[in-house]
Parts: sequence; C-alpha cells; structure tokens
Amino acid sequence: MHEFVDAFRFILHDGAVAGQPALPSLGYLTLQTLKIGVIGLAISLAVAIPIGCWLGHLHRGSFFAINTGNIGRALPSLVLLAIGDAFLGLGLTVVEVALVILAVPPVITNAYLGVDGVERDLVDAARGMGMGELEVLRRVELPLAVPLISAGVRTASVFVLSTTTIASLAGFSGSLGDIIANETSYHFSGVLGAAICVAALTLAVDAVLALIQRALTPRGLRKLARERRVAARLGQAVAGASPIPS
Amino acid sequence: MNRRDSAHNEGPSAFAQAAELQLRSVSKRYPGQHEFAIEELSLTVPAGDVCVLVGPSGSGKTTTMRLINRMIPLTSGDILLGGRSVLAREPRQLRRDIGYVIQQVGLFPHQTVGQNIATVPRLLGWQKGRIAARVEELLELVGLDASAMRDRYPAQLSGGQRQRVGVARALAADPPLMLMDEPFGAIDPINRARLQDEFVRLQEKVRKTVVFVTHDIDEAIKMGDRIAILREGGVLAQYDAPAAILSHPADEFVSRFVGADRALKRLALARVADLDLVAPNGLVGQRNAQRVSATTSARDALSLLLVSGGEPLLVVDGEGRAEGLLTIDVLEQLLSSEAAEARSR
Amino acid sequence: MAAPIVQLGVTGPVIPNYGAGSSSCVVHNHFFCADWVGHNWGPVLWPALRGHVVLTLVAVAIGFVISMTLALAAHRYRLLEQPTILVTTFLYTIPSLALFELLVAPVGANVYSAEIALVSYTLLILFRNILAGLREVPAEVMDAADGMGMTRTQSLLRVELPLALPAIVAGIRIAVVTTIALATIVYTIYDAGLGVPIHTALGEGPFKTELIAAGGLTVLLALVADGTLVLVQRLLTPWAQVQRS
Repeated sequence: MHEFVDAFRFILHDGAVAGQPALPSLGYLTLQTLKIGVIGLAISLAVAIPIGCWLGHLHRGSFFAINTGNIGRALPSLVLLAIGDAFLGLGLTVVEVALVILAVPPVITNAYLGVDGVERDLVDAARGMGMGELEVLRRVELPLAVPLISAGVRTASVFVLSTTTIASLAGFSGSLGDIIANETSYHFSGVLGAAICVAALTLAVDAVLALIQRALTPRGLRKLARERRVAARLGQAVAGASPIPS
Repeated sequence: MNRRDSAHNEGPSAFAQAAELQLRSVSKRYPGQHEFAIEELSLTVPAGDVCVLVGPSGSGKTTTMRLINRMIPLTSGDILLGGRSVLAREPRQLRRDIGYVIQQVGLFPHQTVGQNIATVPRLLGWQKGRIAARVEELLELVGLDASAMRDRYPAQLSGGQRQRVGVARALAADPPLMLMDEPFGAIDPINRARLQDEFVRLQEKVRKTVVFVTHDIDEAIKMGDRIAILREGGVLAQYDAPAAILSHPADEFVSRFVGADRALKRLALARVADLDLVAPNGLVGQRNAQRVSATTSARDALSLLLVSGGEPLLVVDGEGRAEGLLTIDVLEQLLSSEAAEARSR
Repeated sequence: MAAPIVQLGVTGPVIPNYGAGSSSCVVHNHFFCADWVGHNWGPVLWPALRGHVVLTLVAVAIGFVISMTLALAAHRYRLLEQPTILVTTFLYTIPSLALFELLVAPVGANVYSAEIALVSYTLLILFRNILAGLREVPAEVMDAADGMGMTRTQSLLRVELPLALPAIVAGIRIAVVTTIALATIVYTIYDAGLGVPIHTALGEGPFKTELIAAGGLTVLLALVADGTLVLVQRLLTPWAQVQRS
C-alpha cells in the first residue's frame, strides 16, 4: 500500500513536510515523547514499587492493592487528561501527574501480588535463618517477585507512552501525538509515520525492560512455568476482587 | 443424550453384576526404557472376588491396574474381562463399564455429591428418575445420609466422606469390575480402618470383581480374597488366598514382605468358633475360665491366653452357650497343620 | 458485518451542543450544569453511551471467541502457547492511538478498524487467563474423568471449562474494563463512543459539564460492567461460595 511507503518517506525525512518549515522534527518529538514517558514511569515506579512490595511483605492491604489496579484500569487516559486540561490547563506537570496516576495502579497491584505470593515456607525459612524483615524482602521475596513486578512495569510503560501520545488529543504539544492529532498539517502519511514511530518506540522500550527483567530474574525461575504462575496469580486476584464493595 | 454401548446392552446378561478378569502374559515397557515395568504377568480373578495387588514401590501394581482400563497402553499380552479382550473395545466405553477409585478421589469440585455419583449413568444415557433412585440407593449403601449429602459440594465433606462418595460414584453404573488404587491411603488410620471394614461389608452385598492396589500388607490381608504379591519389575511372587500366603510364603521375598509376625497375622484371620476346640468336660477350672465370644479372632484370643498365663478360655456363642475350650495347643495345631499341608503340596 | 453503531452528527468546531439549554451556568462554564445534561441526554450523551456499549460488547465477544479457540488449541498442543503469547503481547504493546492509525491505511477509517484494534487488546489477557484456568484443574480430577470414560470433549465441557470459569470471568472483566477505557479513543478514526462528546467538549473551552458527564459515564460504565460480571461469576460458580461445614 502506497500509504506505508509515503509514511516511511516521512520518517526518513525526519518529519519534514513540504511547505511547512516551522514544524518540529520527528526525531525531536520522538525524544520528547521518550523523555516525558521515562520521567512519568520513573516517578510511578518510585512510588508504586516500594508501597506494593511492602504491603505484599506484610500481607496486608490486599483489598486496596488489588482494587487500585481495577480502578486504574477503568480510568480512560483521555478522560483524565481532558479533566486535567479543563481544570488545570495541560502543561507538562499536569501531564506527568496524569501519567503517574495511570501507571501506579498496575505496578502496585503486581508488586503486591508478586511479593505476597512468595511461598510462606520460604519466608519462614529465611526468618528462621536470622534474616531481618528488610533482608527477607530483599533477598528472598523480591527476586522471586521479579516476574510479576516486571509484568506490571511493562504494562505501565505501555500505558505511559500511550497516554503521552493521547495528551496531544487533549491539547498538549510536545510529543509524537502532535503529529497524529494534526492531520491537516502533516497529511495522512505523516500521521501514519508518527504512528509507526510510536509503535516502534513502545516496542523498543518494552524490549529493554524485558532484558532488564531477564537480568534480574534468578536463574532458577527462567522457565515457562513462570508465565503460567503470572497468569494464574493475576487471574486469581482479580477473580476475588471488585471495585464495588460486596 | 446419545446412548452408548454398555455391557448391559451387549447381549443376554453379558456380565450380571461381576465378571471374571484374566491377565495373560501382560507386559509393559515404557518407550525409551530398557527394563520392563511389568513382565509376563498372568493371573485370573474369579468373578466376585477381591484381588489385592500388593508390593513395594516400583513393583508395577498401579501400572497393572491402569493397563486393565487402558489408561496406559499394553506392550504385549492380553487382558480379558468376562472373556472379552479389553483391546477389542473402545477405551472410553470400556471405562464406563469399570468402576475407578483413586487415592485422591478426584471428585468434581463444581458438582454436588449427587451429580458426581450420577456421572457415568449420565454418560450412558440413563433416565433421570432411574439416576436419582440409584444415587439415593448408593449413598445409603456407603453409609451416608442421602437427603443430607446429595446436594452438598465436595469442599464441604471430610476426607472419609469424600472417599465414600468416590466409591459410590464408581459403583453407580453397576460395573462388572472395580479398580481401586490405594483408595484409603490418604485417610487417617482410625477412619481408614472403619472404611476398610465397611468396604468388606459392602463387598459382601454387591460382590463385584475388584482389583485393589495397596502397599500395605495388612490391608491386603484384610480386604483380599486373593493376594497377588508383586516384586520389582512387575514379577508375580505369589498369588493365593491370604491364609495360604501367610502359612506358606513362596520365597524369601514374600516371607520378608509379609513380615516376621506372619503367624500372628494368620491367627488374625481365624475366628475362635471355627477352630477345633476342646470339648468342655466338666473340669473344675472351667467355671472360672474366662469367657470369650465366638467371633473373637484367634489372635486376640492368643493375647488373652498369654495374659491368663495359659489357662484355657471358654468360647461362648451369642446366647452364652458354651462351645468349647480354647487352649494354646489348639492354636499351635492350626498353624502347624497348615504348614504341613502346604509343604506336602 | 453491519455497523450497528450509532453515528453522531458531530459537525465542526462551531459550538453545536451549547444550543439546547444555554443557561447562564453553561455560558459561564461552571463545574457541572445539570440542566445541560438533562437537555442533551437524548441527542448527545445517550447515543454516545449506547455506541460505546456496542463497541465494547462486540470487541469483547469477538476477542473471547478468538482467545477461547487459541487457548483450547494451546491447551492441547503446548507448542502453540509461546508464539501466541508473543503475538498477542506484541499487539497489546502498540499504543491504541498508533494502532488505530496503522489500521486506517489498509482497512479504512471505519468501524472495522476500530473493532480490530479493540479486539487485539483483549486477546492477550483473555488467552492467558483462559489457558491458566484450564491448567489449574487438579490432576486427580482429570484422572478421574478419564478413568470414568469421558471423551476429550465431554471432559472439556463438563469438567475443565466449568472449573476454569473463575479465571475466565476474571479475564473477561479485565478485558471489558480495558476496552471501555480504550474505546474513548475510537472517535479519532470513527464517529462513535463516549470519546465523541469528550472531543467536542475539549474543543470548546473546554466545556466542563460535558467533559464530566461523558467522562463520568465512561468510568461509571466500567464500574457497573465490572460489578455485574462479579455477580455473574458468583452465580455461575455456586460451589466456590460454600464453606466447609
């Protein structure tokens, strides 16, 4: 299809559009998107991982942890951004706040499930060997929780990059979403090119996170069984929870 | 519901309630393995008998059982149920004619007790009314209150209750053969003994052909009409009635497996009323003799004799009438005559 | 497939929705004007809500059928699992806005693109949960079912799937909620769903009442759907509700 050819041409020309010299380049917008996303993700992880892991370690607050995940899923990015725009104006700070609000739930839920789900016998054995609480968390629970936590982080990273592009729909400027929201200036070839870039960027970030996950996973867990446990744990948790108090 | 071919449709009373089971040179070797798991095993279980497969782990007892209902494919040899080769039958239909009880029971958690029991009848296309009546009948048979239990879920039952339901489920379609793989193994010892006794009573009523797998020789002696002792590699060491095995073990292995106390085990099988008691002859000691009921086992009687310092016991029947005297000589006679008889064979 | 989705007559950037009921509340763009909502429920909000519901139901239904097929296949042939996870993860990772636009090129800016994208996002979670549910059936239950003479189909229908229901419904819940959120973006390529009034409201100021009304409806829809599915799950799994007596 010729649209894809045009789109690739657009990409190769770094987003230059004939007759529109003032438009920001594709490279610039991509980097911006990445920057905004990374900042948002970093803040979210800094907040969510400690809270989720600690709650999981204490085996408390499951209702909170799991339902945060449920409610976070129910919150459309567009709605959040639109409300931010309407009441606060859509500057970078507001966008970052929205990113954090959306990224924290999956990470908290997964961090909680990951740490909570470590077999009690192992934790008991560790305590019996004289490990303090923090040590148990650091040496036993966290390594075993890496698969689930990573699943949460990767989900969050997709949300974050996705929301960054959606921010342009709500009136923000400074990400690849600008191109997608501005078909009049960029024409469809531009929109398609930007979409391809967004997809590629997200997949690249996910691949990097996957490598980090691989590096952090203890050797004994790197098996197919891991996937099954992740899915089973997630399915179980949601099966027993609902945002509506019962 | 499509009607499936079942033994009961196969011609005039193909099985009645029990069928003879024949294993002919049955062999099983797993692919990639050099040794046989079971080598040339042959035995016949008469209809209505309980055959216990017993042996150490690795002796292939569970494997043998699972060959019968074709859960595992046969390498060579044949298995005949009621004279008809199991290989000639479609496996799923064959299994609907065989009751199957496993150690962890495997009750369907999402179905009530009644629905669980109704499983095979439903597969066979029975009518609703017939199924309901059968469920009720079976629950009573295994000692459970039908109205209370029928609509409960397995999660609400104790281990012993679950296994009773498991047995009822296996009996539901009135199969000619029952396979039971360590069914009471996961139950605590007190309830296990109770379940064993109840199964023996149940078997007296329904008289199915049963293949019962266990690693516990005492359970085997209690439950079996015949015992097949298997050695490692599925080799048959001895196949005989419990009393015969206890009095005359075929070899060193059987002897060790049965245990050094086999004489006592043998005594446990006999009731004092069945022995050659000494006629009461009005001796002075009799009036003070300890009385024992006729149904006491010889082993328990021996224990009493030891405590009484060898004084004879007076055996009395249900109404209190004297049947005879029991002395240690009587017991000795029982054991030595059996041994002599076995030696002369 | 006929497009059952209601088309809204949203025109250009001129203010169309102010028209019906321009009270002073509306004109001054206060936080929330109930009168505007009352006037515009019929022409604006209800059709958007209905369209949104249809988009979601169709997407989850199709996604479920595809995922169930894939999961049953992967349950039977283990080798299929990893490739399927890879493909569905790949689809899931592409941000919604990008995926919509990518589909416009081959398929066009229509309901089909919208649905294909929405379906793609449901596949990963549904596939994973259905497969996990099937795998959680205890081994001895399967052994008993086989030993009693059930065929593969019979044990699947009578034993495995019923026992996998909690995980399956959990997956459907996640898929429904996620799709409801994603469908707000559909308006960029196709004129339907609650994203439409949100988009209009954004272009006018933004118009707070309409934003809150449409946004609130979306979130409410998600919560109601989730709660309903929890009830459905409880109804379908009576055995999970009983305690050991």
